[in-house]
Amino acid sequence: MPITKQDVEHVAALARLELGEEEKESLTEQLGKILEYADKLKELDTEGVPPTAHPLPIKNVFREDRVRPSLPVEDALANAPEREGSFFKVPRIMETD
Amino acid sequence: MSSNLSGSSDLIGSGNLSGSGNLRSSINTSARESEGHREYEEYEVIIGLEVHAELLTDSKIFCGCSTKFGAAPNSHVCPICLGMPGVLPVVNRKAVEFAIRTGLALNCEIAEFSKFDRKNYFYPDLPKNYQISQYDLPLCRNGYIDIPADTSVLSGGPDDSPGGRPGEKGSCTGAGIQAGRGPVRRIRIKRVHLEEEAGKSIHEGQNIVESSFSLEDYNRAGIPLMEIVSEPDIRSPREAYVYLSTLRAILQYIGVSDCKMEEGSLRCDANISVRPRGSTRYGAQTELKNLNSFRAVEKGLAFEAARQIDALRRGERVVRETRHWDEARGITVPMRSKEEAHDYRYFPEPDLVPMVIEREWVERIREELPELPGARKERLMKEYGLPEYDAGLITESRAMADFFEACARNYRDPKIVSNWVMGELSRLLNESGKDISEVPVTPGGLADMLKLIDEGVISGKIAKAVFEEMFSTGKAAREIVKEKGLVQIADEGQLLNIIDQVIAENPGPVADVAAGKDKAITFLVGQVMRKTQGRANPQLATRLLRERLQEGR
Repeated sequence: MPITKQDVEHVAALARLELGEEEKESLTEQLGKILEYADKLKELDTEGVPPTAHPLPIKNVFREDRVRPSLPVEDALANAPEREGSFFKVPRIMETD
Repeated sequence: MSSNLSGSSDLIGSGNLSGSGNLRSSINTSARESEGHREYEEYEVIIGLEVHAELLTDSKIFCGCSTKFGAAPNSHVCPICLGMPGVLPVVNRKAVEFAIRTGLALNCEIAEFSKFDRKNYFYPDLPKNYQISQYDLPLCRNGYIDIPADTSVLSGGPDDSPGGRPGEKGSCTGAGIQAGRGPVRRIRIKRVHLEEEAGKSIHEGQNIVESSFSLEDYNRAGIPLMEIVSEPDIRSPREAYVYLSTLRAILQYIGVSDCKMEEGSLRCDANISVRPRGSTRYGAQTELKNLNSFRAVEKGLAFEAARQIDALRRGERVVRETRHWDEARGITVPMRSKEEAHDYRYFPEPDLVPMVIEREWVERIREELPELPGARKERLMKEYGLPEYDAGLITESRAMADFFEACARNYRDPKIVSNWVMGELSRLLNESGKDISEVPVTPGGLADMLKLIDEGVISGKIAKAVFEEMFSTGKAAREIVKEKGLVQIADEGQLLNIIDQVIAENPGPVADVAAGKDKAITFLVGQVMRKTQGRANPQLATRLLRERLQEGR
């Protein structure tokens, strides 16, 4: 098994996902299978092949340093669950012990 | 690494030292701190700094929103910097050029191939829940800058003074660091990379821990940010201060950042550990955050070094942790954050294609590099005959050095100009908290005023008052002198009248002079100056006074 239940719990916590026991079991199995499948790549000899940084064979896409109009404030805040004035309002950041 | 909690620091005020202010405080602090170095005899302090500088581009790094400071909240945002679904970032070429320029100024190797990566973490100031940064292929690496070593922590070992030269006694007495050509410390630069700024959080209530909600302004999110990481080559809090000042001067000279700590465009985190002198292994390090001013960097590190040394002396272990510098209490405290073990799961940013940095581009940028502070210092010494101390202080700020040179070209004696720039001008800037670009006084104005002293129109003492007026109003010296009737009294008859009054009113001191107590002359001249509101020519007044007293005998 390339992945354990603890791995799934850890990754879920990092991604802020709350998983039930059953989900943890099934995801451990499913993710394990995906990783096993990806393991097939190890059969290839990649000696001397530079790591791929991007799937597209394109490089150096730049824009010039020019200011363009921003969104109207009301549009920017339109989807905010909560706001105060023109700030986004967010829940407390630090946990108390 | 960008600090997850950097937003919290915006609330905490600090006595910031802007512009020239640092020149002064660097001297004062070092004199004060030098006593506290005794513990460094047994222990060695190891410091590495992580500096973040916002770049002076007009638009953000991945979108066209303005980077202007101080706009209304969330007025410089768009779907890209707000991280809305389906948008694509495009790299601002200027930001890349600025990072390369910085790399060249810091003696770095410029990458042939570079890319951006995603750094994943959740924090409200980060709209996309990841920061576009650079992980394994930064734009620049393996550079260095040289700073004067803090001689109070040198043990003389070869490891202690890389590139060290025999020290002359400097003119800056009492300071930990000699102003003369003392030993040099080479601080290696590990890497320089580009990333995007986070937004700015304002926490309700007293602080982040107690607040029940926070407010987010994303105007800052996406401003190009450059991270400059040093190797752990810094050996004292004082050196950290000097390294940071030197780095700031370079970034300002090359025009990539305005480096205003008070506006957050320059920020600094520090890694610090201590070890018994002679040991080659590093001790457990702590990461120090919330160092919001140059002074805080030095004070926070000094506190933390002492705390760690104390712990080791008591036989305790130093815990590897992140600590917060509490400016008000003058201590560091452990920080707890909601985020568990840092696990950023970096991976190549799929929305951006890699960069292949053409050598022609690098060479073009190299050719356009302006004169750097170190080179300018050497030139000011050679061209204007300034002492090293003056040249070093003046070239700490490009604006200051520009002011000096523009004035010195119009006046006969550069050393006098240097005295005024380091003295009165620095003092007034310091007191007003202003930058030299914000005050109306001009280099030409100062040169004209100095000529008035030479012509005998005003005394040196009056000149200080005149200069203060020039500093705040920008008026010409000649005009101020005329308006306020400050012209020096060089008329013998007029002065003699006053001298006679002073002699009549001060029989005691007059008798003292007669009895050979020459010091009393100084008092009498002082009285003449007082009666003329400082307008008497002091040399003339002294001569006339002596003559009168001789006659009177």
